[in-house]
Amino acid sequence: MPSAVPAVGLHQITKRFGDVIAVDSVDLEIADGEFFALLGPSGCGKTTTLRLIAGLEFPTTGSLRIFGDEVGTLPPNRRPVNTVFQNYALFPHMTAEENVAFGLRMRKIPKAEVEPRVRDAIALVHMEGMEQRRPDQLSGGQQQRVALARALVNSPKVLLLDEPLGALDLKLREAMQLELKALQREVGITFVFVTHDQGEALAMSDRIGVMDGGRLLQVGAPEEIYARPTNRFVADFIGHANLLDGMVTGPDRVTLTNGVTIAAPSDIQPGGRVTVSLRPEQAFLHRQGGAPEHHASVDGQVEQVTYLGNALIYRVSFQWMHIDVREENRPGGASVGAGDDVTVSWEPSSVAVVQD
Amino acid sequence: MTLTAVPPPSGPGPGGAGAALLEATPEFERAAARADSRRGFLLSLPAYVYLLLFFAIPFGIVVIYSVATRNTIGGTDLAGWNLDSYRRLAEPIVRDILFRSLWIAVLTTLICLVVAYPFSYFIATRTPTVRNIMLVFVMIPFWTNFLVRNYAWRVILGSDGPFAAVTEALGLGRQEILFTHSAVILGLVYGFLPFMVLPLYAAIERIDGSLIEAGRDLYASGAQTFRRVLLPLSMPGVLAGSILVFVPSLGAYVTPQILGGGKSTMLGSYIVVQFLTARNWPLGASLSFVLMTVMLTATLIYFRAGGRNL
Repeated sequence: MPSAVPAVGLHQITKRFGDVIAVDSVDLEIADGEFFALLGPSGCGKTTTLRLIAGLEFPTTGSLRIFGDEVGTLPPNRRPVNTVFQNYALFPHMTAEENVAFGLRMRKIPKAEVEPRVRDAIALVHMEGMEQRRPDQLSGGQQQRVALARALVNSPKVLLLDEPLGALDLKLREAMQLELKALQREVGITFVFVTHDQGEALAMSDRIGVMDGGRLLQVGAPEEIYARPTNRFVADFIGHANLLDGMVTGPDRVTLTNGVTIAAPSDIQPGGRVTVSLRPEQAFLHRQGGAPEHHASVDGQVEQVTYLGNALIYRVSFQWMHIDVREENRPGGASVGAGDDVTVSWEPSSVAVVQD
Repeated sequence: MTLTAVPPPSGPGPGGAGAALLEATPEFERAAARADSRRGFLLSLPAYVYLLLFFAIPFGIVVIYSVATRNTIGGTDLAGWNLDSYRRLAEPIVRDILFRSLWIAVLTTLICLVVAYPFSYFIATRTPTVRNIMLVFVMIPFWTNFLVRNYAWRVILGSDGPFAAVTEALGLGRQEILFTHSAVILGLVYGFLPFMVLPLYAAIERIDGSLIEAGRDLYASGAQTFRRVLLPLSMPGVLAGSILVFVPSLGAYVTPQILGGGKSTMLGSYIVVQFLTARNWPLGASLSFVLMTVMLTATLIYFRAGGRNL
């Protein structure tokens, strides 16, 4: 039964390093049992935020609670959280088993209890038989598993993961994504996960917090972040988006900077400068004039066709702006080439209008 | 440098018998390995010659003299080998100096370790620029001659020196430690501290800082993290520094002579007395041999403990 108290509560958390503001007035609540991703480009403050929760940094101002208890000034060894470090940080002078047992031994857990818990943790990450290996005798993926076991064996209230899949190759990373997600469901612990890889965040998380420049820009479920970005950065950073600059000129109407007016519903007052975000796969390509009635559309010319194997990207230009349209590569698909006159259409509800 | 062995093709190559495939035959590999080792030998020849001329041969002479006999006029008879001079090592006066030298060297090493460790850790955790500046500070004393620095300590510790003035000002009375064991240990610690700092720094600097953080994250206190993570991982530096301080401390001559008052406080002075004053070369040689054996043992322990990785 998940607790009603948030697992992690950040209130107006700011962290300065000298003149640099790494984390800027962040408010965030992460629910018990949630798989939460902090997503952003490098230097956006996501890792600092994680380190603040871990106790490896202390906030300059603000309140930090874990299950209601203020922990902002406690050292890491007195917080009920554990971390999986980016490079795993396994102790090179200890075996896998000793690494996993470290936290329990430091907490003076009775020996009789340590042994079964270590065994269970190693079984949980499928590392049976590797107990006596040292970290340098393990592959990257195996080190990752030991690092997970080393943290999970302590039954932390919150598990913090700093780019845990960053050092793995693509195939292994994809396999570990699924496994990590399954593992989180199995143990039921709140996971807070830092990544710069939006695909990873979308695939694994219950909710995502997008950060840039030390600020938390948007928090929401993956579908929400993807379909309803609330600002230009989020629209640009998550997936591919056509970002069209313009101004609201009437109810549900935006006039783009190239003079073309399109239908784009929003509740922004006329005169507001906005960016219209349209996902390439939400746009459809037709012979000129062939757009469905209820669709918004613009006429243009195919400038370039990019072959991706499973899909094609058509770059359609209209009055010096352009829209990328993605079409799955299916038999009988539109046979349109560069130079053809076309119409691009989309459901009015599938664009996101964000204020600049 | 070794060549990667290419497995010989099991049959004719795809091009048939006429295809001229470049192939490392076993003969070629053996020849390459021979050329390699010959080149290595030639390159290290100067070092071998140096070691032979200035270490192996003199060491042999010392061993020969140590089993020779002192004659009545202070000369040495090389004929009639015996172990008399080694038996004399058991005499109380010699034994006392041996043990005193040992404990002074051990104490010097321990003090250096305790003083240098936090300092080295501090340097290793600074930014690269600050690190380099601090390392230069560590090296600065070497710009002045060792002998001069020891005489400087004599002035500092002397009866009218600043040391006595400071202890008096602190209400401890005029403390004069010159010509005591304390003065010798102080001088040795001062002289050999950089030899402890540098390997410790090198060892600590190589430790990934996230390991310390992982220790703290896994419920270890600062002290526990030091004992369980930092200290074991910096052990190569601890060992290297200890050997580098212990070995010259044990054989120290200048510092005990100047700050110890030339009372044969340590083995080095006593050996000099045997050669120059007492004209008992066999005893001096046997003492030198024992000293070198102790040092060699210490060095071997270091290499056994994996110090060669440093």
